[in-house]
Amino acid sequence: MPLLLNEEQTMLRDSARGFIGDKAPVSHFRQLRDAKDATGFSRDYWRAFSEMGFAGLLVPEAFGGSGLGAVEAGVVMEEIGRTLMPSPFFSTAVLGVSALNRGSDAQKSEYLPKIASGVLLAALAIDEGAKHRPLQTAMKAARSGNGFKLNGAKAFVVDGHTADLLIVAARSAGAPGERDGLTLFLVDPKAKGVALERTAMVDSHNAARITFENVEVTADSLLGDVDQGGALLDSVLNIGCGAVAAEMVGLSDEVFGRTVTYLKERKQFGKLIGEFQALQHRAAHLYTEIEVTRAAVLKALQLIDDGAPTAPAAIAVAKAKAGTTATLAVQEGVQMHGGMGMTDQFDIGFFMKRARVCQELLGDSNYHADQLARLKNY
Amino acid sequence: MASLTTSALQQAIEFHEVASKLRPTTLRMLGIPRTKRMETLMSDFDQFRSETRAWLEANCPPEMRKPMSSDEDTFWGGRHAKYSSELQRIWFERMRDRGWTVPHWPKEYGGGGLDGEQTKILRQEMAAISARLPLVSFGISMLGPALLKYGTDAQKQEHLPKIAAGLIRWCQGYSEPNAGSDLASLQTRAESDGDDYLITGQKIWTSYANYADWIFCLVRTDASGKKHDGISFILFDMTSKGVSTKPILLISGKSPFCETFFDNVRVPKSHVLGTVDRGWDVAKYLLQHERAMISGMGERGAGRPLGQIAVDSIGADAQGRLDDAMLRGQIASFEVDEAALACAAERAADLAKAGQAHPAFSSAMKYYGTELNKRRHEILMSSGGIDALEWESQRSHEGARPRAWLRTKANSIEGGTSEVMLGIVAKRILDLPGA
Ligand SMILES: Cc1cc2nc3c(=O)[nH]c(=O)nc-3n(C[C@H](O)[C@H](O)[C@H](O)COP(=O)(O)OP(=O)(O)OC[C@H]3O[C@@H](n4cnc5c(N)ncnc54)[C@H](O)[C@@H]3O)c2cc1C
Repeated sequence: MPLLLNEEQTMLRDSARGFIGDKAPVSHFRQLRDAKDATGFSRDYWRAFSEMGFAGLLVPEAFGGSGLGAVEAGVVMEEIGRTLMPSPFFSTAVLGVSALNRGSDAQKSEYLPKIASGVLLAALAIDEGAKHRPLQTAMKAARSGNGFKLNGAKAFVVDGHTADLLIVAARSAGAPGERDGLTLFLVDPKAKGVALERTAMVDSHNAARITFENVEVTADSLLGDVDQGGALLDSVLNIGCGAVAAEMVGLSDEVFGRTVTYLKERKQFGKLIGEFQALQHRAAHLYTEIEVTRAAVLKALQLIDDGAPTAPAAIAVAKAKAGTTATLAVQEGVQMHGGMGMTDQFDIGFFMKRARVCQELLGDSNYHADQLARLKNY
Repeated sequence: MASLTTSALQQAIEFHEVASKLRPTTLRMLGIPRTKRMETLMSDFDQFRSETRAWLEANCPPEMRKPMSSDEDTFWGGRHAKYSSELQRIWFERMRDRGWTVPHWPKEYGGGGLDGEQTKILRQEMAAISARLPLVSFGISMLGPALLKYGTDAQKQEHLPKIAAGLIRWCQGYSEPNAGSDLASLQTRAESDGDDYLITGQKIWTSYANYADWIFCLVRTDASGKKHDGISFILFDMTSKGVSTKPILLISGKSPFCETFFDNVRVPKSHVLGTVDRGWDVAKYLLQHERAMISGMGERGAGRPLGQIAVDSIGADAQGRLDDAMLRGQIASFEVDEAALACAAERAADLAKAGQAHPAFSSAMKYYGTELNKRRHEILMSSGGIDALEWESQRSHEGARPRAWLRTKANSIEGGTSEVMLGIVAKRILDLPGA
């Protein structure tokens, strides 16, 4: 398969770019931030997303979705990265759907059509400590009656504050650090014992901290098998990492484009600053990093869709690489804009903040490089 | 880079590639029926893959499936060709007989006549068993593409089959003592003398000039205009009267390149490739191929993973992790970059096939690939520690590791330096002012 978008994916990209660029440029995000908007994204645009088939992009056709794959999800994420559009696409349409796709038929029929039609929002709750370490999950799921009782705390739950459905990783057996003993649960955020705090983040995107105190869930709310949630979680995290990596490609490319434009406009010493070789070479280096990253991310997404055994390594590469490239892109972006780059009035700083969050989201570059080393046995 | 034939079959294949990716819904939307023809083509590729796999399995000797450990493992061909082993000869001859020393060249010139997809499949199948290239030469990677694009029929007939069959070994006469990065300021003169030119001047850093049979050379045929005008690209035999070479010893202790002197060398005018005085176009086109080739140098993913090579000499902790946490981290981030670059190389080839490649992209790849290869060898030196410092001994294979390490330092110089590559990207791709 060529490492290029095919015709269908190109059409999808054009329609995503058309909509997002038109309706939700960076100024849309700025407005939401300035207004300290309680929802943090536009429900109207989410409805439009569902009408365009984006909300149900990964939902099988039988459940009212488009039945597309990771590459297509990446295509949309890349466009979201360009304008920093706040949207439940990642939390609901990528993480939520890929988790529910591995659920029972009853769960799929109950939730997937609602997600595809834009009326149900989901959020995945995994992280507990300062860094993404899914195997360190300590939140307890103790058997209680024919269900479970959940106790613990989750952090960095993307879009947790607006979710209608929480997908929660908990430990039903074993000790933190172990792979066996993880179980996923579907939890109603309004259930008794769930307390939610919306966290104001550096990037003004949406996340929450959630505590669970003796939250009772029935056996129906089990997603997948008891104690065997590790594999399910891996598959969700793989596509999630691919999606964040794609967002970072869009973000990097956008920052880079703005920076190159500035190099061709700003004059100092009687010259365009883009004439200075010190800046030219750094720009050329960054360009190369972005193109290399783009290829690595597309490859990983294609391998996920192929169900290839090499997909996990490719995902580790993609997420690690996208993180370092985005970090470089935003740093060079701010530096090459000089004082202007430091002002809140100017958009470039938004990208820097978002890149920092994307780095941590589902594991930073160090985490994923370490994963790669483990996969390669050293 | 450019596809050699755009036959109807090629178009059908490209159509198939697009259409096979589309889902039934989209196919309906676009009104494309899933024809029998597409399925036939698909199975043609599958069949090609399985036949190729079986043929390689039966014909590639196990010894030719190990990563090359030194320059001696490379077969360069030429009038004085040397095989390092009988198996190397057998492997070369089998591949040559199928046209697979140059699988994508037309059959009439000794190539395999494969299309882009088949070539990719062959490459993948060779990589899967770590099969060595049967023949490496500047004729294949540099001159051949330029001959195919700019050569007359007679020139193609004369030179391409000999390159494919490894009969003639070529060297590259570009750089001069005062024309390195600023190549277009070259001074070697070609003076008209009836049907011939008389060539006088000096080249430097001419790789393997002392082993080469022929040279492709940049000479000045007109010194009156701008420096890029008035250059011609000319081919001649290194045994011509007036050609002499003098090897230069490198920091690796080896001597793969030379000073090359021309004293009134007589060369027929018919040996000019492309238009007289327009040799710069040919030179640049050839450099694109050279840079793509250099960017792919290094073992990239073949052989033992770098982290395990380090474990071999440094050891592992109780969990099996390399017992040098900092080095382990360096290796892991290196491997992230290396894997990503391999994707970029694959994508560059796919973009080229689809006619969407930027001609200067090979400069970006050359820059990235060579800087990465230098990093790989820094890591190898660090992994080997004291053992990697031995320069002469059987134990160290005559210092193979440090010599290879030193050799890689040239990667970011030869074929245009990293700084020059970045300049090209800035100017031609990013369109930055004054670059
Ligand atoms: C192993 C090896 C094999 C080679 N094989 C061949 C061969 O077969 N045939 C052949 O013709 N040549 C060959 N070369 C020569 C090679 O192409 C040149 O060495 C190269 O182009 C650089 O030229 P130079 O050595 O004169 O360095 P210079 O051009 O003098 O460069 C010196 C330094 O200045 C920097 N520099 C120069 N110009 C600029 C600029 N505009 N902006 C910023 N920095 C700049 C360079 O990047 C470099 O760091 C080979 C070289 C090596 C090392």
